[in-house]
Amino acid sequence: METSEVLLEVKNLKQYFKMNRHFTVKAVDDVSFKVYKGETFGIVGESGSGKSTTGRSIIKLYEPTSGSVQFEGHELVGKMSKSTSKLLRTKLQMIFQDPMASLNPRKTVMNLIAQGLDIHKLYKTKEEREEMVYEMLETVGLSREHAHRYPHEFSGGQRQRIGIARALIMSPSFVICDEAISALDVSIQAQIVNLLKKLQKERGLTYIFIAHDLSMVRYISNRIAVMHRGKIVEIGLSDDIYSHPVHPYTRALLSAVPHPNPAVEKTRKRQFYDGKDVDYNLGTYHQLSENHSVLATNEELKKWQSEI
Amino acid sequence: MENKSEYNNKNEQNKKLLEVNDLRVDFKTHNGVVKAIRGASFELYQGETLAIVGESGSGKSVTTKVLMGILAKNGTITSGEVLYKGTDLCQITNKQFIQFRGKEIAMIFQDPMTSLNPTMTVGKQIREAVMEHTKLNRKAAKQRAIELIELVGIVNPAERYKQYPHQLSGGMRQRIVIAIALACEPKILIADEPTTALDVTIQAQILELIKSLQKQIGLSIIFITHDLGVVANMADRVAVMYAGKIVEYGTVEEIFNAPAHPYTWGLLSSVPDMANKDIDLYSIPGSPPNMLYPPVGDAFALRSEYALNIDFEEEPPMFKISETHYAATWLLDPRAPKVELPLFLRQRLQKEGAVHGN
Repeated sequence: METSEVLLEVKNLKQYFKMNRHFTVKAVDDVSFKVYKGETFGIVGESGSGKSTTGRSIIKLYEPTSGSVQFEGHELVGKMSKSTSKLLRTKLQMIFQDPMASLNPRKTVMNLIAQGLDIHKLYKTKEEREEMVYEMLETVGLSREHAHRYPHEFSGGQRQRIGIARALIMSPSFVICDEAISALDVSIQAQIVNLLKKLQKERGLTYIFIAHDLSMVRYISNRIAVMHRGKIVEIGLSDDIYSHPVHPYTRALLSAVPHPNPAVEKTRKRQFYDGKDVDYNLGTYHQLSENHSVLATNEELKKWQSEI
Repeated sequence: MENKSEYNNKNEQNKKLLEVNDLRVDFKTHNGVVKAIRGASFELYQGETLAIVGESGSGKSVTTKVLMGILAKNGTITSGEVLYKGTDLCQITNKQFIQFRGKEIAMIFQDPMTSLNPTMTVGKQIREAVMEHTKLNRKAAKQRAIELIELVGIVNPAERYKQYPHQLSGGMRQRIVIAIALACEPKILIADEPTTALDVTIQAQILELIKSLQKQIGLSIIFITHDLGVVANMADRVAVMYAGKIVEYGTVEEIFNAPAHPYTWGLLSSVPDMANKDIDLYSIPGSPPNMLYPPVGDAFALRSEYALNIDFEEEPPMFKISETHYAATWLLDPRAPKVELPLFLRQRLQKEGAVHGN
């Protein structure tokens, strides 16, 4: 991992939403992490923890309040040059949760998938455009005949494949999957995850995988960040997080996941954490091992480690 | 093994509460007749939790809608019966159904925001349900509503009574929905994916609440979900639905430790396994059949690598595996070739030390 090249570096990213004069929501509060080329970086946390906002801020669906996001050495926060903007809009892509809501129902699959190509004028002839879409459809496991249909004619899993095709036709190097499989049935989830893994291998893609399904995140991710109240409370290799969690929030989260095994379920003990007595602003990141660190004060760290 | 015998004892003591026999439901649509349920039979015993698992479109939600008498207008029950306390719920009129709906059988839904009225305080909504079904006056009904809010584990019930749904968190709203469902002390609670929209930590709380309520007031629960982890946590018995039919049912141990139907194998295998990350997840190929044209024979045959020739010609009957365990697959026919569980499902079961003696 240490020899790998850093593809994306997020430093002290803050995303505040001002609700009124007296109240500001700190959705993402001072978040820093690196994503290496070719890896899958998972972000988990409860709703409202800021995991989706982090993803959206990186791809500039929001204008970050402060901090820095560097993609291949180009700064994305603040005013971007034309070339940086082009880089962001082509090399960074996002796959959304609800494929039905992210596809225009009045457009054919052909036009939906080619939309990015149209905007950036990435083809010379109409035939070339069609050929690119056909090829993409086959890559994601659909067939050419599907190109002239409308989104409502597809099942949920197929729609998500269209969403993936839309992102990948720009030949991105970096894809953010924001709850990309959460809305799908179990058997279809497995199909989509396998597809994402296959595409990653073939095209050397780097993923940020945002989800609340912890077992799927563990399966797909190399490294995982656990977010709570806008902060990353623990970050590490997925085995560090799942086998040796230190932060009580991580432990509470993991202990709440039901296992598909009745024998395990009968004995599972849940851990509780409300975090009322922990002020995340006081903590600093403590390096536990090369890749594993946790947000805590010295006293907290001692206490938590003694609890395990 | 111990759990199983415990279950059997419980089973003997308890009586059949609800019985569904060969239920068939069709929907008329622009494109033709959708055969949503094609002969489902199951029973619910007093005090147990029956989980119905299946993909979207398998007919699990439609089944519960029949039990509640809230089938959409274009749906018709073409045959079958739903027996509850000697009454066939398929035959009675909507007016007669009022004495069952809510009072005997109540339901909670997936999304607590859409099942609550945003313009009314939650207390009033509970009170409304109480007054609809009991003869209590306003004041007594309010008292009862506050008791119910307390029953579902919300602190400061009198304060919460005055709040609107948008002032409550998702988990809190689902608790209110449960309180409304319990308002008229139903015998059966149908929970249609009640935790799918919630976070894992909140999900765990709601599941614990439902379990403790079950103990306290002796509810029988039909739990609809596609999350196998939740099934393992909640269920006493499991029914697996596919393409409008129940393809396998048994106790939760039987379904998880000795599954018999290829579809159940597929479902169990597609849950990610932590140990071998480099291996692709098993995924069931293809997608569920279009119920406008239900397939001949075993509906799962097209997606199954274990399909026999007969699967494409004749529908398999329910084969009995044990007193409590049944599956509809020709693989269980004595003439069928012996088929072992898929390799990595077998490995996982062995690793978990869960393989049964049988």
